[in-house]
Amino acid sequence: MAEGTASSSLNEAIGTARPQRKRRWVTQDTRRGMTLLSPILLLFMFALALPIFLLFAISFWTQTGLRPTPDFTFDNYLAFFERPVYATLLRRSIENSALVALITVVLAYPAAYFVAFKVKKNKAMWLILITIPFWTSYLLRVFAWKVVLGYGGVINSGLMTVGLIEEPLTFLLNNRQAVIITLAHAWAAFAILPIYVSLEKIDRTYLEAASDLGEGPIGQFFRVTLPLSMPGIIAAALVIFIPTVGDYVTPLLVGGNNGLMISNVVQVQFGRGSNWPLGSAISVISMITITGVVCIFLLLSQQLKRRLT
Amino acid sequence: MSTARRARKLPLLGVYTCIYLLVLYIPVLFLPLFSFNDSIYIAFPLKGFTLQWYQEMFTNSAMLRALENSVKLGVAVGIVSTLLGIMAAKAFTAYRVRYAGAIQGFIAIPLVIPFIILGLSLLVIFSQLGVPLSLFTIGISHVVICVPFSMLVLISRLEGFDSGLTEAAQDLGETPWMTFWLVTFPLALPGIIASFLLCFLISFDEFLLAFFLAGQESTLPVYIWTQLRFPARLPGVLALGSLILLGSVILVLIAEWFRRRGLAPTNKKVDTPFQ
Repeated sequence: MAEGTASSSLNEAIGTARPQRKRRWVTQDTRRGMTLLSPILLLFMFALALPIFLLFAISFWTQTGLRPTPDFTFDNYLAFFERPVYATLLRRSIENSALVALITVVLAYPAAYFVAFKVKKNKAMWLILITIPFWTSYLLRVFAWKVVLGYGGVINSGLMTVGLIEEPLTFLLNNRQAVIITLAHAWAAFAILPIYVSLEKIDRTYLEAASDLGEGPIGQFFRVTLPLSMPGIIAAALVIFIPTVGDYVTPLLVGGNNGLMISNVVQVQFGRGSNWPLGSAISVISMITITGVVCIFLLLSQQLKRRLT
Repeated sequence: MSTARRARKLPLLGVYTCIYLLVLYIPVLFLPLFSFNDSIYIAFPLKGFTLQWYQEMFTNSAMLRALENSVKLGVAVGIVSTLLGIMAAKAFTAYRVRYAGAIQGFIAIPLVIPFIILGLSLLVIFSQLGVPLSLFTIGISHVVICVPFSMLVLISRLEGFDSGLTEAAQDLGETPWMTFWLVTFPLALPGIIASFLLCFLISFDEFLLAFFLAGQESTLPVYIWTQLRFPARLPGVLALGSLILLGSVILVLIAEWFRRRGLAPTNKKVDTPFQ
């Protein structure tokens, strides 16, 4: 960062030394930057912005036979509110994900704190150990929990082998708790990295200053470390909350009928149910709700941050 | 002084972190454990050691086909995403781009969008445009989710180095293209390799987008998904899954080695003020 600023101020210094060339240079600079970015922006226009816009448009269409046909109707949105199952599943998905985000952040914070402040040697090794699960197959990590929690799975057969239980426990799998545990585990690595980065960035002289001014370790933590690591906490919570609301694999593998989430019914509309406009409307409502929850969360965390500092 | 005292008083944090890591790894380690178990049931007590499930894999043509598809897809996605990532990183670090923050935010959107939304909206647009679903359509979706990672890895690599070097090359008469090949590329190479490996891994392991956008040819995660419904196939899935996990870990370690080697000079500068 520091070097980047240094070199750009160097560029400016050269620019002022040769004022007649400055303007041409700056525009050429910007043009080159945009040329380099144009393929990626084009791709994102056609493979990200446009598809999502089309999904939004189709949510106002009607399904005739096997194809969605252009129309302008609110029927799909009305259908969402007429059948309470959709709203129930959306609320459940949001509650699940909020809980998952909370659990992962709370559990990851001490570990991130340890690596950022206490580890002096082999920091890289700790970070790699934490990052490895992040890059391994999500499907397999979720499947592993089915193996652990299943009716004849690791926990049940293990407890039966040592004789602690006679019958397999049925409350382990196929419910919401299983979904929440599995998601919290599968996303743990996503929480720890942003928190670690924000802790690592904290200028250690602030802590010394607080200590010189007579703050004890607990006061230092709550008045310096925690407020300054808020950006990491917020980033971690969002990076977990937003994608998990739309998680499809976990509810199907470990959730059973009581653990289903919103994306499972969305998928049905695009598959067997074959009602793309309704599926799109549910997706749009979900996205708007997620955005709303995220905005409320950001506002609340701003307030909390102000109160802490 | 006080920090030293606290460090001694709190081995608790270290113990906690170790337990945290163990919990992170243990559930996954049951996959390799049971993949050597001589029983089609995934349950204790273990029955005996067998390599049967691994041997069966090599004659399973559907699985080998899916593996081949996944490797081809991963390599293509890795190359394309890394090329786009280099261009984006170069643009942000070497040139003054207008609205750089907004554009970076736009490129980072795939990191915070539920994959199901991305997958379905791509499914909708491909079907409206009459594009048949194939490995190519999966590839497009994978490039979209890989580019943000590639860009971030390469920006942190390119950010650190001295733009004086490229200016020197240009002052000495090199064309911008040759300057890139002779100066930028070798300096960025560790980051480029790391980016390629990570994008390969993301694509290789990705399930949901492939599930929605697959045509006749499926990828390995989609194949695994179809096998999960049949209890008799589970030991085979465990064996395959164990090999995938092992391969992923090896690739991550190689990628990390390259990424950190690339970052070494900058890290030193950031770390010194604290110590």
